[in-house]
Amino acid sequence: MSESENHPLFMPLIFLGGLVFGFGLAFSNMAQPEVVLSFLQLTDFGLLFVMFGAAIVTGITFFGATHFLDRAPLTAKAYERRLKSLDRNVVVGGGIFGVGWGLSGICPGAAYASLGIGNYAILWGIAGMFIGAYVQGFWRSTRLESASGTTAAD
Amino acid sequence: MIPPELVFGILAEPFPEGITHYAVGGVLVGLGVAVIYLGTGHIAGASTFLESTLSYGSNLSRFQQYRPSRDWRVVFTLGIVAGAGVYALLYQDALWVTEVQAWRLFLGGILIGIGTRLGKGCTSGHGVCGVGSVSSTSFVGVATFLLIAIGTAQLVLALEVVP
Repeated sequence: MSESENHPLFMPLIFLGGLVFGFGLAFSNMAQPEVVLSFLQLTDFGLLFVMFGAAIVTGITFFGATHFLDRAPLTAKAYERRLKSLDRNVVVGGGIFGVGWGLSGICPGAAYASLGIGNYAILWGIAGMFIGAYVQGFWRSTRLESASGTTAAD
Repeated sequence: MIPPELVFGILAEPFPEGITHYAVGGVLVGLGVAVIYLGTGHIAGASTFLESTLSYGSNLSRFQQYRPSRDWRVVFTLGIVAGAGVYALLYQDALWVTEVQAWRLFLGGILIGIGTRLGKGCTSGHGVCGVGSVSSTSFVGVATFLLIAIGTAQLVLALEVVP
């Protein structure tokens, strides 16, 4: 895959998808950490409807596209499901994410949406996410290089 | 042990704010992913943006692998911010600002940045796209972060860290 996503409608469609996604997060109040925390503190179970409501829509879409459609019109990319390998990282990373989520009530998508509703304090959280992503990337990149004995591809 | 008043509280009123806006918002989140998927074949999770965007400023191999998708992921994230902004224009009188303390957002953010990338996904990647793909890896991921997050939030509450 190269940077050849040249179809004139490619970026507008991505933006439209993000727009609907962000509007949905704000509409469901997931952009408010307090509401997410009220779920994690077991006083309001509404978040389950958000996550599973969304997963039902993607489930139907992914099933329909992989079974009945061929290739995406804007990229000619084949439709595939989101399948990742299961290893220890899924559990360790999921656990670390869980501590952060439970402490703050934010997650990446909801944090971006939170900025959109005017929550400038969320910049603390977004800055933290970039730092965390950098730390794990630095650690894993350098470990990979020392293990394989090669230098980073530029 | 879970205190009995908590159990009764849950049984009495599991949805004190109703469920409509949660369900409608969730369907819209799913539709946002579906629009992008049907048009482009790309599965848009939110946390990959963190690493793909770092590739603009860092040559680390871990970030450079996301180079092909980094431009559209910026556009996707800008769309999320704008979509929430449209909501705010329609339904809010003023900016909405959280009262959760900055250190919780910042420290939580660091752990989220590490954990989502190490664990191959976040609430949208595993929770919405992975579950929608009937991926057993994502079921494990979601169960892990959901249970740990509930435990952490309970601990924070028990330690009386408010807000």
